[in-house]
Amino acid sequence: MGAYILKRLVSAVPVLLGITVIVFLIMAMIPGDPATAILGSYATPENVEKLNRDLGLDAPLVQRYFIWLGNVIVGDFGRSYSLNRPVLDEILERFSATLILAGVSFVLCAVLGILAGVVSAARQYGLADKAITFAVLIGISVPSFFLGMMMILLFAVNLRWLPVSGMYAIYGGGDLPDLLRHLIMPASALSVVATGVVARLSRSAMLEVLRQDYIRTARAKGVPERRVIMGHALRAAMVSIIPVLGIQAGFVLSGAVYIEMVFQWPGIGRMLVDAILKRDILLVQGGVVFVAACYVLFNIMVDVAQSLLDPRIKT
Amino acid sequence: MTRFLALLVRNRLAAAGGIILFCVLVLTLITPFLPLQDPDVTATANRFLRPFSPGHLLGTDHLGRDLLSRLLWGTRLSLAVGIAAAVLAAVIGSAIGITAGYFGGRTDNIIMRLVDMLMAFPYILLALAIVAALGPGLMNALIAVAAVNIPFFARNIRGITVGLAGQEFVDAARLGGLGHTRIILTELLPNVIPVIVIAMSTTVGWMILETAGLSFLGLGSQPPQADLGSMLGEARSALITSPHTSVIPGLMIFIIVMSINLLGDGVRDALDPRLRSGALSRPRAATLVERQGEIPAASDDLLAIQELETQFHVGQRTYRAVNQVSLSVRPGECLGVIGESGSGKSVTALSVMGLVASPPGVITGGAVRFRGDDLVGMPYEQLRQKRGDRVAYIFQDPLSTLHPLYRTGDQLAEAIRSHHRIDKAQARARAIDLFKAVRIPNAESRIDNYPHEMSGGMRQRVGIAMALANEPDVIIADEPTTALDVTVQAQILTLLDELRRERGLAIIFITHDFGVVGQLCDRVAVMYAGRIIEEGPTGAVLAAPAHPYTKRLIACVPELGEGRRKLAAIPGLPPAVDRLPAGCAFAERCDKAQEACRTGDISLSGTAPRTVRCLFPEEAMP
Repeated sequence: MGAYILKRLVSAVPVLLGITVIVFLIMAMIPGDPATAILGSYATPENVEKLNRDLGLDAPLVQRYFIWLGNVIVGDFGRSYSLNRPVLDEILERFSATLILAGVSFVLCAVLGILAGVVSAARQYGLADKAITFAVLIGISVPSFFLGMMMILLFAVNLRWLPVSGMYAIYGGGDLPDLLRHLIMPASALSVVATGVVARLSRSAMLEVLRQDYIRTARAKGVPERRVIMGHALRAAMVSIIPVLGIQAGFVLSGAVYIEMVFQWPGIGRMLVDAILKRDILLVQGGVVFVAACYVLFNIMVDVAQSLLDPRIKT
Repeated sequence: MTRFLALLVRNRLAAAGGIILFCVLVLTLITPFLPLQDPDVTATANRFLRPFSPGHLLGTDHLGRDLLSRLLWGTRLSLAVGIAAAVLAAVIGSAIGITAGYFGGRTDNIIMRLVDMLMAFPYILLALAIVAALGPGLMNALIAVAAVNIPFFARNIRGITVGLAGQEFVDAARLGGLGHTRIILTELLPNVIPVIVIAMSTTVGWMILETAGLSFLGLGSQPPQADLGSMLGEARSALITSPHTSVIPGLMIFIIVMSINLLGDGVRDALDPRLRSGALSRPRAATLVERQGEIPAASDDLLAIQELETQFHVGQRTYRAVNQVSLSVRPGECLGVIGESGSGKSVTALSVMGLVASPPGVITGGAVRFRGDDLVGMPYEQLRQKRGDRVAYIFQDPLSTLHPLYRTGDQLAEAIRSHHRIDKAQARARAIDLFKAVRIPNAESRIDNYPHEMSGGMRQRVGIAMALANEPDVIIADEPTTALDVTVQAQILTLLDELRRERGLAIIFITHDFGVVGQLCDRVAVMYAGRIIEEGPTGAVLAAPAHPYTKRLIACVPELGEGRRKLAAIPGLPPAVDRLPAGCAFAERCDKAQEACRTGDISLSGTAPRTVRCLFPEEAMP
């Protein structure tokens, strides 16, 4: 197992390098030069040139890439001009907030989605199946940012059950219950679409598995139906559900950008949008590379989980 | 195509989605001709008018602009951008996919590596990076959304193309001297287009949502121009005071995406042949029972199948897989059931414990009695307690019948623990004993193997051990040796025979091989098209088959040392069991058939144990 994890980590290196190249190239396409953006259009040509030199922007593209990459590897993502602080510090602070939001949403979508899919498949064409299918249809069609706004209207404004936005109360908050109260709405709004997708897939994976010969064998042995469904069938269905969970993690992470805007959650998505609007290239570049790298590592964990589940995968 | 449309219309939800989408499309197309107010004229005196205000049906926004007008213009823009992004992504992605799939080799490798790399991003990061580079703006958002979806199309289309590129018609075109471009455009593209269209229909909803999302973040359409996303984004600050400005564009996005999803699902279902045949339905825990007619009275056999009828109901068709079949076994007896594939022998075997997949299987008549109790009408929990405990199964092909993800020992232990309250250590010890009983070497370490780590013969031994786990009274073996090679087959048969003699087991042995029947069975029943056509002691049937079918079936068995002999295959095929002819089902293929064979019901004649269903038997019945 250790060797397998190591092998997967090594195979991720070219992917990570590729990501840095792609992001760097996209950022290099930017028309005009960042120095003008930073100094404003009234800057003198001398000042622009000096800043370009200071930022290392006068070097050829390839050289610039390797300088930047070398710095990134040792953890130096540069300095954000708009925030005037190291990019990495900002990223780490913001990403931890996103991780709480996206992590909780991901667990919600995995648990609820699989559960709904299993119930739906086990009661195919029954009332529960129809209800779940209908709910899933609504869930995957509603834009998460719209859903979030409607939740604010209902639960925060009209019913006053939950805080409108933010991560902690401004006065006197800061503890875990406070965080949870702030987390309920954004996490559920964020998980709705992914839950729908997971439920749909789990249902069809279960239906596929339930037709297999080994399910008939389990029934022929006299295994109780509950165990046939929750044990034999679900275990086998997980083989096709887990990769989709990996993909959905990407969608949850993506959706977090919208939800962070709606709920004023101090996460990395909002940071990126702000950075784009302020044309803070180093911050965008660093944030994108950092999150993409985390996602790649997460997917390695998904693969490892898959190999633990399925002994037929050669490790 | 008409069939496809008919299927689509029959799917009411898909039709509803189609109609809604059509209405929205028409509305956006005629928007410029409607008597609407200018969507961009501000009138701050009239800000935040509620819906149904005079002159403003849907009210006004934070700058006093007419919401109805803005909604329709915004919808028009959102749809146009979303569809444009979908087309752009489809065209570029498909071009990449076809190129990679057609040329293969290094081209394919490099392109797919790149695609994989792009897919390693959560999509929004890539979109944000592109927008960051190009600057906020609707056109740039469109490009970003299209670019993010290109890998999806490239990968899908490449998969299809790889399959097509290896086929004869492509080779023929190549040998005919067509250039690469011609082959791609005239041979490959027409075959790939339906896939592209389906992929587009399933992603266009997403793309509308994604562009709306970027606009919502303020990175898409810039004021005063507005699509649905930016309308929602602008309304956000007034969410609490004037919710209608948010609700209206939000609902519109929801309606559009939902109708596209409904339609897309319908299209996919209509095109997926598996769903059409109903094959994707889940078998219930026990076969459905809808018995008509009288239930036969109990007999004193250990296990008696009585006038059993099992049918498959698929759509309007009824397949009579098992038709009035009666069989029985006594303790220690081995009954062979023989027939070609499709003769109904396996369905008969599975009907005993309600294991016929249903839907589509239904038991429509007769009974199965174990020690006099009717298994067919029994409540599920009682039936479950007998399954594997009193009547156990051995199936064909143990690779697919054993669970691939559980250790064989655990599967065995589970069979025991489903019926007996014993702890794990005891169950494991018992599993080791059973492995030894079926002569699996190194039983102590073998029980920790997964099925894929064992040979076919070993797996079948596990299957047998599992059947023996609770010392059942009856074992139903459904072609247990068919997937094995001859030496292993002989070992397994010897093992079963020994177990039967040692433990007084009754065995019902399903096979299509007379050689196996001769080795193991006391009695044999021959099935054809769902009915028993001959039954008798094995020796008598083998020596003097009475039904022409049995005779020719036996003649099909090659024997060692017989030298060169013409193997007489039986011409023709068994009749489809949804269109059974009147009279004898074998008449079509029988060279003795006469007019009388094709009319009326032919009953079993002779006296038990020797019976035959034939008007002109080869041998006289006692």
